[in-house]
Amino acid sequence: MGKTIVEKIFSAHANKDVRANDIVVAEIDRMMAHDGNGPLAIDIFYQLGGERLAVPEKTFFVLDHYIPCPNEDVARIHAIIRNFVKKMSCVLFDAQGICHQIMMEKAGIQPGHLVVGSDSHTTTYGALNAFSTGVGSTDFAAAMLTGQLWFLVPETIEVQITGKLRPGVMGKDLVLHLAAVLKADGATYQVLEFKGEAVKALSMDERITMANMAVEMGAKAGIFEFDEKTAAWYAHNGLTVEKDGVTADSDAVYAGKIEIDASALEPMIAKPHAVDNVSPIGKMPDTPINQASLGSCTNGRISDLATAAAILKGKKINKDVRMYVTPASRAIYQEAMQKGYLNTLTEAGAVIIPPSCGWCIGVCNGIPGDDDKVISTANRNFKGRMGNRYAEIYLASPATVAASAIYGRITDPRNLL
Amino acid sequence: MRGQVHKLGDDINTDYIISGKNKRDTFDPREMVKHLFEDIDPTLAMRIKCGDILVAGNNFGCGSSREAAPQVIKAAGVRAVLAKSFARIFFRNGINIGLPLLICDTGGIEEGDVLEIDLENGIIQNITRNRQITFRKLPAVMADIFQEGGLVNYLRKNQGFVV
Repeated sequence: MGKTIVEKIFSAHANKDVRANDIVVAEIDRMMAHDGNGPLAIDIFYQLGGERLAVPEKTFFVLDHYIPCPNEDVARIHAIIRNFVKKMSCVLFDAQGICHQIMMEKAGIQPGHLVVGSDSHTTTYGALNAFSTGVGSTDFAAAMLTGQLWFLVPETIEVQITGKLRPGVMGKDLVLHLAAVLKADGATYQVLEFKGEAVKALSMDERITMANMAVEMGAKAGIFEFDEKTAAWYAHNGLTVEKDGVTADSDAVYAGKIEIDASALEPMIAKPHAVDNVSPIGKMPDTPINQASLGSCTNGRISDLATAAAILKGKKINKDVRMYVTPASRAIYQEAMQKGYLNTLTEAGAVIIPPSCGWCIGVCNGIPGDDDKVISTANRNFKGRMGNRYAEIYLASPATVAASAIYGRITDPRNLL
Repeated sequence: MRGQVHKLGDDINTDYIISGKNKRDTFDPREMVKHLFEDIDPTLAMRIKCGDILVAGNNFGCGSSREAAPQVIKAAGVRAVLAKSFARIFFRNGINIGLPLLICDTGGIEEGDVLEIDLENGIIQNITRNRQITFRKLPAVMADIFQEGGLVNYLRKNQGFVV
């Protein structure tokens, strides 16, 4: 009987032959905590009697949630992390970008790796063929101390995506459609393994978006096969591939299968206040918007900015809309500057925000007002998510957000192609 | 343990338990208690008394990995959370801090009901409705962690994971 991708990854990291539903202790290749949940993990590490990290060079802290620092209380919290990193000789990325983008650019994550992070969207690195998942602060403290964690080896749902996305329809629309199919708990404790011709055709940035949002269906991970596009992504980022990609056996056992015809999809909108409350754009009522937010760990990559810039080039955003653009990292910020995207976006009326999680989680850098309607490329639209429970959040692709910013209402980007 | 029920719905995410803005400036859960469930029910935090029980539907604790969520529930004096199902990270986090998270059929429990929970034998007695339900046993490793009162005590005792 064959194995799924994650059964192979867990077998390699538990040093024995394991299957779905086995409970194992596994070695961790990389671990990441941010300023949101890292300070608590540090506190718990000391409660555990911790003096040294199990693997300092594989332990990463990223300051990204409250950047630029909004007040003195947060500055003190940031100092706790900086001091800990210094004392423990682990790795710090301080105000350089959003943790998931930074980890992919700089932490040496390889296909087949097992990664944990103090953030639910740690699933993102599944796009690199790694198993990666979110943990809480106590689990993170235990991982820092021991280099290991216990896991239930997850079952896998096969997601076969056939056909071809039509112009103006992006990976983001595909994953929002999947959220509509699976609902918010449809993959709880399970892994989504993405396959099929439409998946092969997706850009790496789109795969990253989809892996990022796997957790919105409750999934423990969302994982892609390693292919020539993954290899090209490593090369483009100046990174070396040191491990072979992990593929599922042809006779692997899956807990379920979902089939999607990408050709049939149109742009999708997740309406307030749930990610699985999805409507095809053609079925949306007329929806005026006040804020357009482009960026985040979901859609702040270079091709996302390029897509928005292509739509906004030579145009102006609506006078009743404010548009915030947040590149996911300093490297992306620089590339977008060099390629002229930031110039195009600011000429159209957008404001560029430093790489950070601020507006997505409602802590700084773009909190909406009462009764505001926001169209956003982020991954969550819960009531109050952006810091104001009287605002409404609509999730969409970068193309839809850019098109909507021009017209001041939710707009099908295919009308502008 | 015996306590009074506050009933919640499906897909109660960790943002609803404690929002990002209310956990930004501190990591002390006691300072966050007044904001518990603020975005979905601004007066609920005031109505929750020490010893009360939260009862929810499916997928309780979905969303963010913030451990502040179970911590604030515990700091508010809530003795146990009952749900038809829990989201994965929240479930680990809750057990890791010794908060009883009980998977059971919560359909017949209503707001204000008084429940008597027998953790040892897996039985929940609904005193108000004179009904009894059972809850699912934890996997062995989680039962051991819970038995020790949480992962900190477990690791101090075992010096690592024992599965």
